[in-house]
Amino acid sequence: MLDKQGIAKRIAQELQNGWYVNLGIGIPTLIANYIPEGIDVVFQSENGILGMGPFPFEGEEDADLINAGKQTITALPGAVIFDSSNSFAMIRGQHVQLTVLGAMEVADNGDIANWKIPGKMVKGMGGAMDLVASADNIIVAMMHTNRKGHSKLLKQCSLPLTGVRCVKKIVTNLAVLDVTDQGFKLIERAPGVTVEEIQAATEGRLVVEGEIPEMQI
Amino acid sequence: MSGISPIYLFLSFNYLYIMNKIVANAKEAIKGVESGMTLMLGGFGLCGIPENSIKALVESGVNELTCISNNAGVDDFGLGLLLQKRQIKKMISSYVGENDEFERQMLSGELEVDLIPQGSLAERCRAGGAGIPAFFTPAGYGTEVAFGKEVRYFNGKPHILEAALSAPFAFVKAWKGDRFGNLVFKGTARNFNPVMAMAGKITVAEVEVMVEPGELDPNTIHTPGVFVQRIFEGTNYEKRIEQRTTRPKA
Repeated sequence: MLDKQGIAKRIAQELQNGWYVNLGIGIPTLIANYIPEGIDVVFQSENGILGMGPFPFEGEEDADLINAGKQTITALPGAVIFDSSNSFAMIRGQHVQLTVLGAMEVADNGDIANWKIPGKMVKGMGGAMDLVASADNIIVAMMHTNRKGHSKLLKQCSLPLTGVRCVKKIVTNLAVLDVTDQGFKLIERAPGVTVEEIQAATEGRLVVEGEIPEMQI
Repeated sequence: MSGISPIYLFLSFNYLYIMNKIVANAKEAIKGVESGMTLMLGGFGLCGIPENSIKALVESGVNELTCISNNAGVDDFGLGLLLQKRQIKKMISSYVGENDEFERQMLSGELEVDLIPQGSLAERCRAGGAGIPAFFTPAGYGTEVAFGKEVRYFNGKPHILEAALSAPFAFVKAWKGDRFGNLVFKGTARNFNPVMAMAGKITVAEVEVMVEPGELDPNTIHTPGVFVQRIFEGTNYEKRIEQRTTRPKA
């Protein structure tokens, strides 16, 4: 089984040279720590920066330089700052090649819910609805089950949707899955996790074809 | 031949002495804001928020406000200060997760909230300032955001119709500005400020540094002064950091 760092490491293997990438808050943010050698990507943060760098050294924080998670960051050489409308022009216009975000629920048709629990938690969608509606390549990074042990990979989302039929790939603590017309297609198992365990933790349709390899982390 | 023409003298007189949008302070800058109005406020989280104008609005006691702002501040700073005093009736935002008082007022029904996808919020402001009454976007299709909105397919993909936003007052914060209202922002404090500056009937810009006309390079001005009606140099900027994240020095 993977921890959050492991999920980030596995998703980092999907990065391709020259890509512009938007990382959501939570596990996705960790991906920046595991960029494979020889791969050059540019991170976009939707509050208005391309070329986001690591956190600043202690004492060098700048209140005027943050990411979409409101964390202090740095700007790498070649970085560029722009306004919010330009930022979402990049996203909506499909100039950003990969979006990675977290989710509360994903359905086996690619629907995603991650912004609201009616009556309990209403934080808002931020940029998530724009990102999932437009990105060609969306990877969800999340735990396979919620805190109560219930599957987050469902036949149908029970929470208000963020986007419809948009998720392409899911990396969880248990598995890598692609979203296909037949449902969640199991691609890889996390180290030490069996197909049966993944099956048991997946409520939506799961497609298992042939031997399922273990992730190489 | 006969020296400077009278018309040129008149124009240059206007240019030099009449085009002055500077007001003395935040209190002057918010003149005309009344209870029940809709206001736009720039900023992302606490980054690039019009601190001085917000404080002046709190002190003025106006209430029943509708505030269009990406976020709602935190409990004791930014728009949180107006929320504490119950001066806001409705918020139009994309993300409001950093404010406990906000969540309490919303869940108890005291505060109306309209949540809008962030890109649609930015574009609706831009459209409002650019004379575009509405536009189609894929963001929010198939979600509760699309409720009651026209759906149309372009290139085989569904889109929803979003209307432009504008407001009688917009409050923005820039790094540098001049008396023509030309603005330059610093870092990611730019965010929603330029599009909201465009969408305000009266746009009030507060700046950290006021400079003389000509000091800002025309090639690098972010917001042309035509979008700004009032400008003043702010004082005592706190520029609070919401999430202080660092790495240790090696």
